[in-house]
This record gives sequence, C-alpha cells and structure tokens, in this order.
Amino acid sequence: MRKLLIALVWSLVGGLLGIGALAAAGPAAADGGSGGEELTINAKLIDTTGGKSAPVPGVDIVVTDAGGKQVGTATSGDDGVASVPVPQGGEYTVTIDAETLPEGTFLTDPDRIKATVNVLGFDATVQFPIGPDTRDIETWVDRLPDLLLSGIKFGLLIALAALGLSMVYGTTGLTNFAHGELVTLGAIITYTLNDSAGLPVLWAGLLAVVIMAGVGVVQDLGFWRPLRNRGTGNIALMIVSIGVGLFLRNVFQYLFGDDTRAYDQYTDQGPLDLPLVEPTPKDLFIISIAITVLVVVSLLLARTRLGKATRAVADNPALAASSGINVAQVITVVWVAGTALAGLSGVLLGVDQQVEYQMGFKILLLVFAGVTLGGLGTIWGAMVGSLIVGMMIEVSTLVVPAELKYVGALVLLILILLVRPQGILGRRERVG
Amino acid sequence: MNWDQILEFSLRSALGSDAIVYAMAAIGLNVHFGYTGLLNFGQAGFMAVGGYGLAATVTTFGLSFWIAIPIGILAAIVFALLLGAPTLRLRADYLAIVTIAAAEIIRIVVGSVSLQEWFGGRDGLQEFNDSFTAINPYSSSVDLVVFTLRPNDAWVFTVGWISVALACLLVWALMRSPWGRVLKSIREDEEAVRSLGKNVYGYKMQALVLGGVLGGIAGFLVALDQAAINPENFSTDVTFFAYTVLILGGAARVLGPVVGAIMFWFLISLLGNFFTQATAGPEPLISPAIMDGTQASLVRFIAAGLGLVLLIIFRPQGIFGDKREIALDAR
Repeated sequence: MRKLLIALVWSLVGGLLGIGALAAAGPAAADGGSGGEELTINAKLIDTTGGKSAPVPGVDIVVTDAGGKQVGTATSGDDGVASVPVPQGGEYTVTIDAETLPEGTFLTDPDRIKATVNVLGFDATVQFPIGPDTRDIETWVDRLPDLLLSGIKFGLLIALAALGLSMVYGTTGLTNFAHGELVTLGAIITYTLNDSAGLPVLWAGLLAVVIMAGVGVVQDLGFWRPLRNRGTGNIALMIVSIGVGLFLRNVFQYLFGDDTRAYDQYTDQGPLDLPLVEPTPKDLFIISIAITVLVVVSLLLARTRLGKATRAVADNPALAASSGINVAQVITVVWVAGTALAGLSGVLLGVDQQVEYQMGFKILLLVFAGVTLGGLGTIWGAMVGSLIVGMMIEVSTLVVPAELKYVGALVLLILILLVRPQGILGRRERVG
Repeated sequence: MNWDQILEFSLRSALGSDAIVYAMAAIGLNVHFGYTGLLNFGQAGFMAVGGYGLAATVTTFGLSFWIAIPIGILAAIVFALLLGAPTLRLRADYLAIVTIAAAEIIRIVVGSVSLQEWFGGRDGLQEFNDSFTAINPYSSSVDLVVFTLRPNDAWVFTVGWISVALACLLVWALMRSPWGRVLKSIREDEEAVRSLGKNVYGYKMQALVLGGVLGGIAGFLVALDQAAINPENFSTDVTFFAYTVLILGGAARVLGPVVGAIMFWFLISLLGNFFTQATAGPEPLISPAIMDGTQASLVRFIAAGLGLVLLIIFRPQGIFGDKREIALDAR
C-alpha cells in the first residue's frame, strides 16, 4: 500500500513538473510605456474564427477625444493593430468602421463599434473581437461533474477532520470546539517547515502529521485527561474547548499574522483535460491521499484489536471498561489519531487553498454538519456525512450564489436534526 | 508608560458601550444558560437579527425609527421560534451546534452580495439613527471625572445603562416568580419537571424567546453606538466573549452579567492599552522582534481565551455564582 502511494505521489510530482514547464510559456505581453508626451492608442483586431487568432489587416478606425473632436485615424497593419498617437492623457473614443472589414469577417458583437478608452500616461490597447462568439456557455450539465469532483475533494478534507472529532466525541463525550484549530495547526506547521526550513511540501506535510500525532499525545495526557479525572462535566469541557480554540486562534494570528500564504509548490496548476472533468493534478493528489488514509483508518478500526476496542469504547465506555479494555489508553490513541488526521486535513487544505490562521475555524461548522449528518459519535457516519456535506456545498452553487454555499450545508444540518436527530447512521436513542 | 491614559481608556471601556452591549447580551444568555440550562451558542445571531431588523427597517424600507424598534424585537422573537422549534427537544451539545450554525447563517446571509440592496453586504447599513440622535438631551460633552463623553456617546451611555437596569429588574422579577422557578428546575432536572405535568418544551421556548429578545436589544445598542452596523459585529467570537462575561460575573445571578461585563472589558482594555503602549514609540518597552503593534492588540484575546479556560476549570461559578447552580454536566 505504501509503495503504491509513494509511486502515485512521485508520478504526480513528475506530472506537476511537466505542467509547470508548459505554463511558463506564453506570458502576457505588457503594453510598453512610451516617452512622456507621445502616447498611442492601439486598436487590436483579431479574428477568432475557428479557434485561431488571426490578425485582420486593412480596417479603418477613428479616434475622437472626449469633446467629440477627431484626433486621428489609422488602418490596421498586417499584425492587426491600428495605432493612433494622441496628444495627452484623457478619455478617448475609438470607433471601428465595420464597412472596411474584409469579406467574410464580422464583429463578434455587431453593435459594439465604439469603445471608450482612458489613457493614463501609458499606451492603451483596445480590442475588437472579430468572428463568431466562441465562448462556451456552460450548462449545468457541463458543470456538474467538475462540481461533484471538487465536492468529493472538499468532503474528503472535511471527513479527515470529522473522523477525529467524532471519535473523540464517541469515546469521551467532548464536543471539541477547538478541533478546527488542530486543522489550522497542521497547515501552519507544514507552511513553516516548507517556508523556513525549506523542506518540500510532501516531506513537510508528512512531518507535520507526525508532529500533530505528538500534539495529540500531549493534548490528551497534559490537558484533557486530567480534566476528565477531575470529573469536569461534558458541558464544562465543551466551554473549555471554546476557550482553547479562542486562545489558539489568537496565538496563531500572533505568530503567523493575518495574511493568507501559500506553500511554495503546487500553487499555479493548469487543469488536466480528462473526459467530463478538468481537475488540477493537485486535486487528484489530494483525493487519492485522503481516500487512502480514510480506507487505511477504516480497516484499522474494523480489523485490529485496538480498532475494535475503540469502537467498543465509543459504543459504551462503561461496558468496555468492565470487559477489560483499558479505556484511558484507548482515549489517548483516539486523540493521537484524531489530531493527526485533523493535521493531515489541514496540510491538504493548505495545498488545496492556502494557509491562514482561521482556516480550520472556518470549516469547523461544516465538520460538525458532516458529523451530525452521519450521526454524532459514529465512525462510518462521520465519513459518509462529510462527503455528503462536501458534495452538497459544491453542487449547490448550481442554484445558489457561491458566497452562500456554506449556508446550504448549515441549513441541512438544522433540518437533519429536525427529521432524524441521530443522523443517517446513528442509532435511535433519545437525544433530547 | 502613560498609566493615566491606560486607566482612562480601560474605565471608558468598562463603563461605556462595550460593557453595556456585552452586559445586555450576557443577561440574555443568563436567561438561556444560567437559569434554564440551554446552551445557546448563537447569541450573536440574535444580536444580528435585532440590529439588522432595526437598521434595515429604517435604511432599506424607509420606515420610522420608532416602528423599527418593535420590528427588530419581533425579528428576534421569530428567530427564536424558528430556532427553538427543531432544537429545543435536543440534547445540550446538539443545541450548541445548531445555534452556532444558525448564527453563522445569519451573518453570512446579511453580509452577502446577493442581498446587498437590503443589508448592504460587507459594508453594512448606516444612517438609521437620526430620530434617535434628534431627541438627544445632551447638547455638550459630559465630564465623568475620569473620562468625558461626547453628546452622542453620553446619550447611548444613558439609554444603554437604563436598558441594562430594566433588563436586570425584569430578570430579577421573573426569576423569583413561579415561572422562573420552573425554568430553574428544568435546568436541574428536566425529567422531574416533566413528571410534574409541566410543558418543558413550552417553558424552554419562552426562555429562548426572552433571552433572544434581550440579545436583540444588545444588537440595537451595537447599532446605536456605532451609528452603523456590519456583519463583523456579529462574529462567533461575540457569543464566546458574552459567555466569558457571563461566567466571569456568575451565571444564574441577576447582576452577574453586569459585573462580568464591567470586569471583562476593564481587563481586556487594560491589557490592550498596556501592550499597545509597550510596543509603541521609537524605543518600545517590548522589543519589536517579540511583539509589534498588531500583535499587541492580540494579547488581550489570547488572555480572554485562557481566562475562559481557567474560569471554567477552577471557578465555574465566577465571582457571584453558586457552583451548584451552574449547569455544566450533560444530562
């Protein structure tokens, strides 16, 4: 499994390098600023018929100033550019003489024969697109596969965080409002190792997950276990976790600042042209890592002794203890695994988006939505619920504006509690 | 280090609009959490609904300020009913998640570009309080020995503290009535109350509405104090700070939220101003390598988080409370 994963990762990295080289070609040409008084307006006439971009020569343009006075005329050359010098900066109107267009060519928008251009000390360029309108009007059918894919990706990222949250809840009864900060911490550690120590993202991320596992040990043994032993109630612990979250969030902002930063790899990637979907290589990379890890964790929970013990504690701590399971030890393992998974979620979220001090807090409620939808405290439920939430968020952008996409997930959370409070996979029990 | 100035700013914060708003919000939370044991984590949502109800009625719909006040209160009541209907039958932790989610829904929706023409998007709403400033009895600044208040601030200060006093009086009267005793017994043992034939769900709903309306009034005070309103006034942290205020002063005590708000803002402001001064100027007390001006403003929030943790662990009853009366065990 690990060999396969490493092979997959390297092949993806190889793919990235190839794409990076391609992306380097074709930089956008900047308009050269000319000397102080001599300014030029360039009208660019490009025929886009058949997906090509052929310059159109021999077309007349007229430039008038804001007062309507003619400043100059020009005819486009072989490069399709007609240049008219203007005396000073200001607003000018460029009018194209559609009569002079060569036989068989026409303006993309026949009504747009005038363009206003504001000249501000630099040469200005105005474009007149020629040829049939080739812009794709995307229907929702075209967008659906891509949205589903990014929904799966986001859902998997939520699921990684949700698994830990749900396991901790199941075994200790703590609703951890500081879980989002563990996601952020994973990303910040990766960023620091990547940026300051110069490690490649891959190794930085791996190391971050290991460090997060250590954070899990410290967190349980140094903080949560003593509180449990004191007999602090679950609601008290929940409020404590709010304080911890508030504390950590501000410490992150103190140390990391409030700007958004990216790792130094995998930032600008063009999409791959696959049938139906156009993912970037890093999308596939994130999805494969997340699926692999979730499958491995599921297998561990389903097959190993410790996994079975964990599920037993989640099911009924008292019964588990009386059948000889070391509950305290299981809880520590759950904290370690949960914290490492949350950290991994942050590492990947940092690759997917960028790193920011409250990135985890921003997805915390979505993690809660996933966990609640699947059934609070259940392990499979957390994964299923998160995937549904992730896909719903992305697919809902077909109907609602993107800025409101999280609202749908939160409304779903409330509705689920109304209809089936125990969640999809939760067991029926009194929750009120 | 200008201690006079630090003290002046801290007292201004502890007695001024910061404390007034949080005292009001925490009085509402006290009805929810302190007396009834409802873990409402969406108080910022109630404040937003009240504040935006007021501002949008005047700015967007052009109605009178005096109609806007009852509309804002009505909005808070409706929000409480909508929120309470599905959630009040749920366990405490579920209620917490749902209320915090509902408050975020409100904040995202009022801040959205799609609804900008109603709620002003990220910039929020302004110019809704002309009728309020028009009846301002103060024509010149008011000198309160340690600090002076400009006429508008003095008017908000007066109205704010009177509202807080009235809210305290209301809570005091209600909580010594038979109705209040039912709320407290719901907090102690819901099943016992149910077995006595009381409609627990109905009582919880009434408590949610009452506390929500007080939260809505806190939203009014935010709007009047700034003469403007925007989504960032109602972030989740507002609710968390209101909880800190409530627990600091002592939950299930009439004056707990008021004392909590005064102390909380005095300490927060003291820390904020101390570290701001300690990092300012050409030769700051604290080296810029350790802390710069922006970081100085964060120390107080770090302290607030730490304070909340320590309070709950070591003194959950706060200053005035009784440990036996704090609903901190899940049932």
